Amino acid sequence: MFAILKKENLTETVVRMELDAPYIARKAQAGQFVILRADERGERIPLTIAGYDRARGTIEIIFQIVGGATMCLGARKAGESIPDLVGPLGMPTALEGLKKVAVVGGGVGCAIALPVAKRLKELGASVTGIVGFRSRELVILEEEFKGCCDRFFLTTDDGSYGEKGNVCAPLGRLLAEETFDEVITIGPLVMMKFVAEATRPYGVKTVASMNPIMIDGTGMCGCCRLTVGGETKFACVDGPDFDAHLIDFDEAIRRSRIYTQFEARKREEHCNLLHKI
Amino acid sequence: MMNNSLTKTPMPVQSPEGRSRNFCEVALGYTAEQAVAEADRCLHCKNRPCVSGCPVSVAIPDFIALVKEGKFGEAYGVISRYSCLPAVCGRVCPQENQCEKLCVRGVKGEPVAIGRLERFVADFHAKEGVAPEKPQKNGRRVAVVGSGPAGLSCAGELAKRGYEVTVFEALHVAGGVLMYGIPEFRLPKEIVAREVEGLKALGVTIVTNAVVGKTFTVEELKAEGFEAVFLGTGAGLPNFMGIKGENAKGVFSANEYLTRVNLMKAYEEGSETPVYPAKKVAVVGGGNVAMDAARTARRLGAEVTVVYRRSRAELPARREEAEHAEEEGVVFRLLANPKEILTDGEDNVVGVKCIEMELGEPDVSGRRRPVEKAGSEFVLEADCVIMALGTSPNPLLKRATAGLETGRRREIVADEGGRTSLDGVFAGGDAVTGSATVILAMGAGKRAAESIDEFLKNR
Repeated sequence: MFAILKKENLTETVVRMELDAPYIARKAQAGQFVILRADERGERIPLTIAGYDRARGTIEIIFQIVGGATMCLGARKAGESIPDLVGPLGMPTALEGLKKVAVVGGGVGCAIALPVAKRLKELGASVTGIVGFRSRELVILEEEFKGCCDRFFLTTDDGSYGEKGNVCAPLGRLLAEETFDEVITIGPLVMMKFVAEATRPYGVKTVASMNPIMIDGTGMCGCCRLTVGGETKFACVDGPDFDAHLIDFDEAIRRSRIYTQFEARKREEHCNLLHKI
Repeated sequence: MMNNSLTKTPMPVQSPEGRSRNFCEVALGYTAEQAVAEADRCLHCKNRPCVSGCPVSVAIPDFIALVKEGKFGEAYGVISRYSCLPAVCGRVCPQENQCEKLCVRGVKGEPVAIGRLERFVADFHAKEGVAPEKPQKNGRRVAVVGSGPAGLSCAGELAKRGYEVTVFEALHVAGGVLMYGIPEFRLPKEIVAREVEGLKALGVTIVTNAVVGKTFTVEELKAEGFEAVFLGTGAGLPNFMGIKGENAKGVFSANEYLTRVNLMKAYEEGSETPVYPAKKVAVVGGGNVAMDAARTARRLGAEVTVVYRRSRAELPARREEAEHAEEEGVVFRLLANPKEILTDGEDNVVGVKCIEMELGEPDVSGRRRPVEKAGSEFVLEADCVIMALGTSPNPLLKRATAGLETGRRREIVADEGGRTSLDGVFAGGDAVTGSATVILAMGAGKRAAESIDEFLKNR
């Protein structure tokens, strides 16, 4: 069993949890993920590690409540335990040697972009943070980003906070003026696809952190496969980071929707269940 | 007067109509009377050919003699000296290619039903619930990586010899392919859990949610005081064909499909894990995993066609599995091979373009090589395709283990006794051989345990 040490709501549907996981904390690196189950009958949920404290033996996860499984997880309280937690899985984000990087996060993906930005700062890189949200009430981790970014840009789709528009606007302006060793993007597939298109003409190396549907997370099921440069790759063992200019984003978007109907039904069932209680 | 019947005592089974709609075990097992009658067919040959056909060399005529006398508990005692998982082997071993193939009764008529008798004895023992004797601990620690058949048999063998064994499992339950791969209707998960409990009773510790190569490395395990490490990590990565449309919505590896249903219980009402709601399923491949996937899809309500590129005679599945599949309404499209997966505008699978095959000259495996018949393309209608084409070893452990030699197909290189290129590190099962059977993995685990014992005694 793995204890939930802290729990806090970052927005109405985005939750941060600190979990007691000494073995994972000892090894975790930015870009890696864990798989957990919220209860004994629960689904295996892959979540990128949002932070870790090696000394205290804890890791942090930040997740959005989207379907039945994340709804169950969101219903767990600090002081309770979850039965299963395994990791750190996947390859760490390659950050060594980078001098000037733009980290582009979208929505709850910012939770994963943050440890990458922090680690880059520790390594002495110049970090430009660009984060985008749908609207003001969905903004998360603004102060944390400001704390580790040399420059920081925030956009909202509806203009209710920061710059109106999406992350590609500030990114495009910067790219027109200067260059980066690398652009790292983490967020919704559609956003990452557009970030890749924005950087492609400038030939700036761009890395996207993929978060496809997974079961085991160790290469056994092949559920997380995607096409990168014409080859089939398994996100869980070969990734989750890939060259964004080579990823077939359209296929990844279609594959991410395989179980949309099932998820909608589950969400409804869980809502009904939670209301009854 | 011995039982001179030319055929095996029939095994009671669920009717095909009933079982193709449920996930309960298909074969129901012998009664005591049936077991005794079948045991009475054994000739007790002096040279014991059946034993040489068994990868773990169970003293088959000895346990059968005890069954004949009604001494079922003692019969279990005989089997358990050789095999850690008799309830599993009695159900999933390809006996027709092993012990039963060499049975003298099989020369004229059917061989003795050794597998059914093994299952009966193991189930009898489970019902009696006799706890095993706890061996005297020798204070020396061994780590076993992976809790599939290779790992469990290695762990059991070492525990019996007094070693303190810890098994590390990546998933949230122990059992490996016995839990995630082989379906409930062929190997009830309760039986696997029981065998795992049996190992715990021998003093084996099981740590779930631990990926060696990620959570711990082999080096760290050694530094923590494990004097030897056995790698039974299985053949992880599912193979695909590399044809167009393979990443479309509705194409799954058999591993994924079976894991969703078996491990995550997607067949149960209210399961949190979804399974694709298919109406017409094409399963590609002819092995046991293909049969498992086909029969699972059938139980979930689909029309199912197995597409296999060779003929019936080359079908690698256990004969009984193929027969059961057919009885349950699975259609076999033999001598056919997919060329492309057809999709609609939204990338949903709508069919499989196949080509007819014919058998040419024998290839390196000794089987006749299938060759395409020019111009024989046809389309098989399907909204779901399950690829059951075997697996390749997982790169994860190799990446994290410097000096561990692997072969051309990334398999771990190990000798007969499971010794790898690293001192004190042993390996066996699918991680070494590529996709094979439960019993071969068990045999490898057992042999590695003997090597580990020898290695540690000489240290």
